[in-house]
Amino acid sequence: MELLAQTLGSDAARMILGLIGIIALVSVNALFLIWMERKVSAHMQLRPGPMEVGWHGAIQTIADAVKLMSKELITPAEVDRPVYLLAPIVIFLPVLLSFLVIPFSKTLVIRDMNVGVLLILAFAALSVLAILMAGWASNNKYSVLGAIRSVAQNVAYEIPLLITLMSVILMVGSLSLVDIVAAQERYWFILTQPLAFILYITCATAETNRAPFDLPEAESELVAGFHTEYSGMRFALFFLAEYTNMFIVSAVATVFFLGGWQGPILPGIVWFLIKVYAIIFLLMWFRWTFPRVRFDQLITFAWKILIPLAFANLLLTALILKLR
Amino acid sequence: MLEPGIEEKTYVLNLGPQHPSTHGVLRVELEMEGEFITKAEPDIGYGHRAHEHMAENRNYLQFLPNTARVDYLHALAYNQGYCMAVEKLLGLVVPERGEFIRVITSEMNRLTSHLLWVGAYLMDLGAFTPFLYCFDDREHLLDLLDRITGSRLTYCFYRFGGVPQDIDEEFITGCRDFVKRLRSRWVDYDNLVTKNVIFIHRARDVGLITQEQCIKYGLTGPMVRGSGIPYDIRKSEPYSVYPLFDFEIPIGERGDIMDRYLVRMREMEQSLRIIEQALDKLPNGPIMAEKVPKRIKPPEGEVYTAVETARGEFGCYVVSKGDVKPYRIKLRVPSFGNLCILPEVAVDTLVADLVAILGSMDVVVPEIDR
Repeated sequence: MELLAQTLGSDAARMILGLIGIIALVSVNALFLIWMERKVSAHMQLRPGPMEVGWHGAIQTIADAVKLMSKELITPAEVDRPVYLLAPIVIFLPVLLSFLVIPFSKTLVIRDMNVGVLLILAFAALSVLAILMAGWASNNKYSVLGAIRSVAQNVAYEIPLLITLMSVILMVGSLSLVDIVAAQERYWFILTQPLAFILYITCATAETNRAPFDLPEAESELVAGFHTEYSGMRFALFFLAEYTNMFIVSAVATVFFLGGWQGPILPGIVWFLIKVYAIIFLLMWFRWTFPRVRFDQLITFAWKILIPLAFANLLLTALILKLR
Repeated sequence: MLEPGIEEKTYVLNLGPQHPSTHGVLRVELEMEGEFITKAEPDIGYGHRAHEHMAENRNYLQFLPNTARVDYLHALAYNQGYCMAVEKLLGLVVPERGEFIRVITSEMNRLTSHLLWVGAYLMDLGAFTPFLYCFDDREHLLDLLDRITGSRLTYCFYRFGGVPQDIDEEFITGCRDFVKRLRSRWVDYDNLVTKNVIFIHRARDVGLITQEQCIKYGLTGPMVRGSGIPYDIRKSEPYSVYPLFDFEIPIGERGDIMDRYLVRMREMEQSLRIIEQALDKLPNGPIMAEKVPKRIKPPEGEVYTAVETARGEFGCYVVSKGDVKPYRIKLRVPSFGNLCILPEVAVDTLVADLVAILGSMDVVVPEIDR
């Protein structure tokens, strides 16, 4: 560490170590989340889930990953090759970079930027591009339909997402995630902003393409949506990105509404992870309980209900702050 | 990148024959404008096995297993329809206990079919969990039927003149336990599905079918009852011992897919009632008619029998020329008529609705192809 710091300067060393840490975290997290999802769904459906490989199937996902990696990478003949090959990478990179600004504990944050929130939201918006690339390049009508849906959905849901976060930002007066957590020392913002929290979770579910808003990959309608034509590790990258995305939106929810790393006795990072996984559990609960909404209902819901509510919440927050 | 279809604005999308929600090898050719369907054309015949032709080349008993392969989800009703036709030709009268066992097992089979439908239908709508709830319940029924009939899906249980296997005490207690169990589960289904806001929004006023359309296309079963016509062969042209039981024919009001869902859910409750009453009234006596000929060689003539399957009216038309083989058998299957209305209902809906409408029809594709 010191040697690295001497040769590169402490800032660069911090970045490199941070990136290594992120990649490790992303892979372990995805493996864990896939196992968790299978277990959660299984218990909700009155069945045991994976039990064979490891303790209660704990290393089942590793076996699956090995299988996926050893599979042939099929490139259909009629695809738009460069775009087709680039899409899995493009979906994965922004997800990775979002970790840069997430504060896992008071000190454990790779780079505390004063525009942290904007960075995360900007990178989240990039994943739409990758989905569009994948859908378009696949030269498959189901993929294109999935991609079109994804774009419409993400554009619609990013607006209320931003506005709900805005009301918290107004209260804190800073875009830095560390500042936002620090401002919640006395009470969590979920107490003062309950509506914003509900709106955020709804939008986050749509942003991560999770059921009941999983229209871009609606199995019973579009087979597998935008990733129909992907196989092997390329498919795995889409999968990995989806689960990492879940982690990020849950981490943002934790930072904004649940007081981040703050909590008694246990160290900060433990509190942080407990809160994040609790929210992820909530998202999984949605998925295994609700049917899928229809596309027009999804868009109507965003434009006619979520956005007005989010605006009302923002105005109310501003008003109260002004009067105080 | 999309090939232009017949018009500049539209394109053609092939739904199936390998698609998660066509339930078998059904292909629907869709002409689409964006996500909206301008034309839907079902294409059938991928699973054609020439059952009717097979009937002409084998003797009466040998055709019996074929009937179960036509509609594998309610195989016992097909067994029953065919057996009734041959019994009518031979002039055989099935003893009462035999008829009771037929009714009990057939209603249980109807329950398995409806349970599978509920699960698969909600899967089409994107809800995974009810599927496993339904299969959990269905498993108990299959175990019970397995004990008596020896198989779990393609039953070949009824014989000309009765049934080959009597039911025992264990089966009867098992049935009673199951009736209790399923009744206690209605609460779960209601909370998980029927009262779910997303489900209601997906199902209300989608796939409306008017009563005129029902008659025009010859729909039967829950499809026609969902539109408010109380047509059920068990009541309107009673067969077997159904007149002895007290049960209702649930009907819908509007004819949308929600009504069809509710009709099937309420029908399951009625089936439970029939099973309960049949077990209470179960008479003693023989299960097979006494004078069943060793060699089935009916006299010349033609008969038509109809039974109510889980999907609607199954008609069996048998022509005999006094030979050991049937001269001609025509199977009237409900799913064919039910599917025929799809092009008319599907126009101007979204793909998601088409999947939901197709699911609500409960088509069994091998039955259409025969």
